[in-house]
Amino acid sequence: MSSRSRRRLNRPTTHARFQAYGINHLRALVFSLGKLYRAPFSSLLTLLVIAIALTLPSILYLILVNLQQVTPQWDRTAQISVFLASSVADDDVPALATRLAQRADVATTEGITRDQALEEFRTHSGFGDAVDALGENPLPAVILVTPALDTQTPANLEALVASLNELAEVDSASLDMQWVQRLYAIMDTLERTTLILALLLGLGVILVVGNTIRLDVQNRREEIEVAKLVGATDAFIRRPFLYGGLWLGLGGALIALLIVATTRILLTYPVQDLAALYGGQYGIRGLTPTDSLTLLATGALLGLAGSWITVGRHLKHIEPS
Amino acid sequence: MIHLKNVTKRYPTGHEALSRINLKLDKGAMAFLTGHSGAGKSTLLKLIALIERPTRGRLIVNDQDLAGLAPRQVPYFRRQIGIIFQDHHLLHDRSVFDNVALPLVIQGYRQHEIARRARAALDRVGLLHKEGAAPITLSSGEQQRVGIARAVVHKPAILLADEPTGNLDPDLSREIMELFIRFNQVGTTVMIASHDLELISSLGKPMVRLHEGRLQREAQPEPA
Ligand SMILES: Nc1ncnc2c1ncn2[C@@H]1O[C@H](COP(=O)(O)OP(=O)(O)OP(=O)(O)O)[C@@H](O)[C@H]1O
Ligand SMILES: [Mg+2]
Repeated sequence: MSSRSRRRLNRPTTHARFQAYGINHLRALVFSLGKLYRAPFSSLLTLLVIAIALTLPSILYLILVNLQQVTPQWDRTAQISVFLASSVADDDVPALATRLAQRADVATTEGITRDQALEEFRTHSGFGDAVDALGENPLPAVILVTPALDTQTPANLEALVASLNELAEVDSASLDMQWVQRLYAIMDTLERTTLILALLLGLGVILVVGNTIRLDVQNRREEIEVAKLVGATDAFIRRPFLYGGLWLGLGGALIALLIVATTRILLTYPVQDLAALYGGQYGIRGLTPTDSLTLLATGALLGLAGSWITVGRHLKHIEPS
Repeated sequence: MIHLKNVTKRYPTGHEALSRINLKLDKGAMAFLTGHSGAGKSTLLKLIALIERPTRGRLIVNDQDLAGLAPRQVPYFRRQIGIIFQDHHLLHDRSVFDNVALPLVIQGYRQHEIARRARAALDRVGLLHKEGAAPITLSSGEQQRVGIARAVVHKPAILLADEPTGNLDPDLSREIMELFIRFNQVGTTVMIASHDLELISSLGKPMVRLHEGRLQREAQPEPA
């Protein structure tokens, strides 16, 4: 048997090569994890930076989601006060209220005649005597209109108010729309801010991981040279670094999850107090399982991207000499 | 097995380390490479191992024309070669065993196969009892032998050694040279660069002498 054919027998078979591929991945995975473990302080520092970068957009996202959840409830309670012209007799108020309630964009109405209004004012304001002194009822009749559920967007509400104003019996219809519009504007701003911040901080994660991996590559320059000398492919050398980046991103995202959860717990009571002040109750919505998985996957992908970009660039420059 | 045709190597500095070298070493042969310091011995070995590329000329190693080898194929080419350096190139954050096992790990051998072959290689250089030691705790000669074990662990077809006995005492030097002869006896092609004329001339193997980058005597005359 020639030395050549003997060598061929010693070579792994195709099946063994596939196995080898799996073994190599497993080894790189374990090795890169072990490296994090062996350098706990610097690893922790990097992990925390990544975690903070991932936490900020996550919290902004939650604020946004919670605001969006609260807003429709406020819309539903929005009422339009329709002040009737003085020419409308008190007796006609209930009929008019019924007529308005039949509109498609109106849910319910409640008519308040001039007498009822005066009565209410007398009991609640404490200025009853002053009104009596006027001798005449100065208050207009009012119909409180609750818009239909599908009329909740600012544009629809505005259209409803406008069409109510056109009625001959109506003196003025008004809805304090501004706060709704402001809220929507704030949420738009917040949404965009969250997006921009998420992109910037995502880039930050890539850079942080990239820099960590770059240092790692430089520290292991000798090892890489020797590995190349004994026939390591670039893929083999790259692998532990890629997994290293993956672990950093994933670990950072995991810590970010914990920070977000803690923040939510810390905010539970203040938000309950706040909700109580507005006469309601509200439990903060945290990250759903899907949100959490997305965060973890994002972290892992960013870490992978960071190491991929760096390793590819720096490995080329390391050749045995 | 190793065939250089009109090979010239000029470094980026402009220095011509090798000039028009013609050299042929048959499969299973063994030869020594000698010459003064700076003659181009290391350069020649680096060209064969594809650590450097020739400026001109062709190299055919193990039936492969090195000029036609894409960067992607270089690792697989290197797996057919075992290289021993004067300064060991051992990794100091790993045990002797892990250093020797590295080529097998890279080639994806299974754990028990790695253990078996690495121990066999360590046994052949007489260092099996040091497998768990850190390279830094070994003597220079022992480190050199670890380097040899790593170079032969994957049973390469070609063994290249650059002054493997550089700073060893005469007894150890002879021992290591005899080790190379034993590898050669089982079919490995061996090429060793060495200063130690006294030792190598006593071993009865052909010598190739380099002088200022030129060949002075060939192992086997190239047929015209
Ligand atoms: N990377 C390099 N860049 C420029 N010149 C180099 C390089 N490597 C070697 N040389 C030059 O090429 C010539 C041959 O060097 P080489 O290392 O091959 O010599 P050598 O025969 O191995 O010497 P020694 O016995 O001292 O190891 C020397 O003059 C050296 O200065
Ligand atoms: Mg040299």
